[in-house]
Amino acid sequence: MTWTYAPAPESAALAGLRPSYRPFIGGEFVDGHGESLTTVNPATEEPLAEVGTASDADVDAAVTAARTAQEKVWGPMSGTERAKYLFRIARVVAERARELAVLETLDNGKPIRETRDVDVPTASAHLFHHAGWADKLEHAGLGPAPAPLGVVGAVVPWNFPLLMAAWKIAPALATGNTIVLKPAETTPLSALVLAEIAADAGLPPGVLNVLPGDGAVGAALVGHGGLDKVAFTGSTEVGIQIQRRLAGTGRALTLELGGKAANIVYSDAALDQAVEGVVDGIFFNQGHVCCAGSRLLVQEPIAEEFLERLRERIAGLRVGDPLDKNTDVGAINSRAQLERIVDLAAAGDAEGAQRWTSPCALPERGLFFPPTVFTEVEQTMRIAREEIFGPVLSVLTFRTPDEAVAKATNTPYGLSAGVWTEKGSKALWTAQRLRAGVVWANTFNRFDPTAPFGGTGESGFGREGGRTGLQAYVR
Amino acid sequence: MLRSDEHSLSRFLHGLPGVDAVGLERRVAALQTRSIKGDAKLRGIDLAISMIDLTTLEGADTPGKVASLCAQARRPDPDQPDVPPVAAVCVYPDLAGRAVERLRGSSVAVAAVATAFPSGRSSREVKLADTRLAVEAGASEIDMVIDRGAFLAGDLTAVFDEIVAVKQACGRAHLKVILETGELGTYDDVRRASWLALLAGADVIKTSTGKISPASTLPVVHILLQAVRDWHRLTGEYRGVKAAGGIRSTKDALRYLVAVNEVAGPAWLTPALFRFGASSLLGDLLLQRRAKASGHYENRARVGA
Repeated sequence: MTWTYAPAPESAALAGLRPSYRPFIGGEFVDGHGESLTTVNPATEEPLAEVGTASDADVDAAVTAARTAQEKVWGPMSGTERAKYLFRIARVVAERARELAVLETLDNGKPIRETRDVDVPTASAHLFHHAGWADKLEHAGLGPAPAPLGVVGAVVPWNFPLLMAAWKIAPALATGNTIVLKPAETTPLSALVLAEIAADAGLPPGVLNVLPGDGAVGAALVGHGGLDKVAFTGSTEVGIQIQRRLAGTGRALTLELGGKAANIVYSDAALDQAVEGVVDGIFFNQGHVCCAGSRLLVQEPIAEEFLERLRERIAGLRVGDPLDKNTDVGAINSRAQLERIVDLAAAGDAEGAQRWTSPCALPERGLFFPPTVFTEVEQTMRIAREEIFGPVLSVLTFRTPDEAVAKATNTPYGLSAGVWTEKGSKALWTAQRLRAGVVWANTFNRFDPTAPFGGTGESGFGREGGRTGLQAYVR
Repeated sequence: MLRSDEHSLSRFLHGLPGVDAVGLERRVAALQTRSIKGDAKLRGIDLAISMIDLTTLEGADTPGKVASLCAQARRPDPDQPDVPPVAAVCVYPDLAGRAVERLRGSSVAVAAVATAFPSGRSSREVKLADTRLAVEAGASEIDMVIDRGAFLAGDLTAVFDEIVAVKQACGRAHLKVILETGELGTYDDVRRASWLALLAGADVIKTSTGKISPASTLPVVHILLQAVRDWHRLTGEYRGVKAAGGIRSTKDALRYLVAVNEVAGPAWLTPALFRFGASSLLGDLLLQRRAKASGHYENRARVGA
């Protein structure tokens, strides 16, 4: 029989959505001098709120406020005191988890299951973790007296708006830096609520500044001469521009960019769990994940059976209203992104790969793309080389471990990889040969504030999380 | 059919894909967050009721107790005629005749535990005689226990042969093979035992006797469901799963149904292919069903179970 789950939508009212939001500079929400933007709900394409953006003058004001705060208040403050503020912010993020989860789902389009179970708890965990380091920096293995760099300019992407904000804010503030944060154009809301939480926690004015806006605001920020460090998470293309811009300025830089991760499934893997891991690797957050396992490398003896199991599993994924607690795959964040996914998938067809699309029903409105698997993929194809950043999996096969490693590393990117085998020695052998910042064995897309995360090659440099992550914010 | 040859049987079972405990438990946890409400909940409740093997397996069981259980099985909620009957009544072999008599003319089957239930520690002759006793009394479903001692000692052929022999003694009766997963130790062994039972002809693989803790757990039922799903993929045959022991609340039952739906597939959402072995689950299902209809909870004592 068929047993259809009744819709179980979380209430949108919990988000406490306001008609308008404003930039946060010097401890206050101020009228930005940029042209305001409308942020939309990708699941309906209806407007959510008007958001004031920053002009060059606002960027200047924010950097100046951050400088003053760093030199006069935050830098001289003891680590113990800084920790108190961070603990307070972390606690309130946890307390307001439901509101933040709903807000994030409305603004980003990802399922409430993920914002509720991953984004918000992990953001809170990052704040807690770094609060714990604030008074112990001399024990972090970074020298006897690590000193802050000064003012940090951070630009974060739209795929994990709150989490990426926390990844930047937490270590920057814990180490005594102040920060000017630019959230993504399409997802500014949760960062602004985080600013409100910081203000409620009594964080001194100027320590955290949030400047909504488009790429131009980001460019004005990262190019500002008043910064000591730039931390960027986003596309490789923009990362390269930023690196050019900063070359020779002496300012510190960390970049966390794109990826085209390989998920290697050996024939001796725990197949049911490997299927789950591959699904999680590419369909988590609609594949809007820089470390998504977008290339499945499966060993030939099990390829056919594995793909059959995989398709059956994917067909069961529930795609739809992101606010529904039973939704597995939500909306694509923007029309521009949806078009990019559609284009790249069409390139897969044109180059001769076999497309399989989940028979799942899609909502009538909103920005959605069904889970898709390409087989008969060759390494030269665009779908095997370019980051699609959507729910599209490319499948390649291999015969020997050496071939698996060769194919996995045949990419300019090097952010993450996955290995699936029941044999520990084989997992280690493979991991040692993969060129990636993170290699997950028998799991995928696991994040923890204690584990450094970052890439090599065109996936960027620098690490976030753990003691290594602190290093990027001290001298 | 696979030869009952120690070497090849062992090689086959040990060649099955492994179970990664961390990954399995993570998937179980994720599926538990499915929100079942409204009409889906009501349908789930009725489905769960229709899948129950209403069970009494106490030394103190009497013909009177079995009779009242049979009455409840036929008509679980006397005030609500649209409540479906349960799937079966499950008793010890000596009481099977009494149950058959009381359930005549209804759709409710009679299941009897046999084979020196619950330990399975007796001779093959005794186990087969026990089975025949139940079948002759009219039981149409036999719940047998596997010889866990032999399984854990690696004597897989002995376990296989015994299931084959019991299956033969069952005649037309359906055979449910109890793996007693709480005694098997690892998820890998649960998978091996599942396949061993399927290969030997089990119609249904069942988690537990209900006498051992832990009894049925969701991760273990996931493995059983994967086994019957894979068996179907390989042979085209449908075999069933029975989760028994420790399932007491509607919430638990719905979580199992979600697992059936999403791990094995909607085809298994039928009493022919999935069962709950339980003595007290029905009461909570009826309570929740009434609450759903009336908008408020009633005194548990009034609902009967």
